[in-house]
Amino acid sequence: MTALQGGALALVAVGAPLVVLAREPTRQALCAGVFGTALAILFFIFQAADVALSQIVISAVGLPLMILLAWAKIREDEADE
Amino acid sequence: MTRPVRLGLFLTGMAALAATLAVAVGDLPGFGHYPGPYGTIIARTGVAARHGTDLVTTVNFDYRVFDTLGEEFILFTAVLGVALVLRRRRGEERTSEEPPEEHHFPGSSSALGAIGLALVGPVLVLGAWVVTHGHLTPGGGFQGGVVLAAAILIVFLAGEYVAMKRVAPHAALELAEASGAAGLALVGLGGLIFAGVFFKNFISLGSPGAILSAGTIPIGNLAVGIEVAGAFLMLWTEFSDQALVVRSR
Repeated sequence: MTALQGGALALVAVGAPLVVLAREPTRQALCAGVFGTALAILFFIFQAADVALSQIVISAVGLPLMILLAWAKIREDEADE
Repeated sequence: MTRPVRLGLFLTGMAALAATLAVAVGDLPGFGHYPGPYGTIIARTGVAARHGTDLVTTVNFDYRVFDTLGEEFILFTAVLGVALVLRRRRGEERTSEEPPEEHHFPGSSSALGAIGLALVGPVLVLGAWVVTHGHLTPGGGFQGGVVLAAAILIVFLAGEYVAMKRVAPHAALELAEASGAAGLALVGLGGLIFAGVFFKNFISLGSPGAILSAGTIPIGNLAVGIEVAGAFLMLWTEFSDQALVVRSR
């Protein structure tokens, strides 16, 4: 294992608990985005460029956006009641 | 169930999981040692047999394209499910078919809008490139389709929600999703009709590295690219409609 591979693995190992530990949904969505980007770097370093490419867009844009929009809707419904 | 009981159950489960995991990890092949014969065979013969230089795409869109067809319809069905669950229900009304003013995020600025809109063109070209060069370089229909969808999404992120709905109206997204999904199935049917085997690569393979090569692989990529772009935009539009347009009465 090269230092680069070890570093990418460590980044993912540190990132995953951070997503769980961020309890506030907005912050958690952003943490999930950053964690997903770390995963994309991991895939790229392990020569899975095809997977890394889709991982970047899904995790950095797609998933956080859906969480944020769902969260905005929930908050608005709570404010209406 | 009280808290100590739950904690005890959790710890017992975790201990069992840790023990079995440790045994399993001990039996794994060494780091970087791949024991299966299949990958080595594909790596040695794939380019000569199918004339596609990106073997990942060759595997996804030729050797195991039947699985890809299934995956494609998983995405299709999932987005269909979201559209069904988030349909307009009784007791809900849209604030108006088109919001009177552009939606602006708190903290959005004209600089954010300008940068976002400047990015749309380049990202669109990148997405089209990733889709059309899937058989040559890393990428393909799934990846490129998501990049294409993200290009349109940037219009929304730049604060121009109404403009995004105008660029990508719902009917066009439905058409893209459905025709893309059908496209890959038709490629498979073509193999059945012209070569007698479902999904057989029935088009002339061309020379490796050329943009028109690898037979049906780039056509399948194109179909999946269109489907994925439509599916993801539909997903994001349904979610943003819920957050921005639909109000409960």
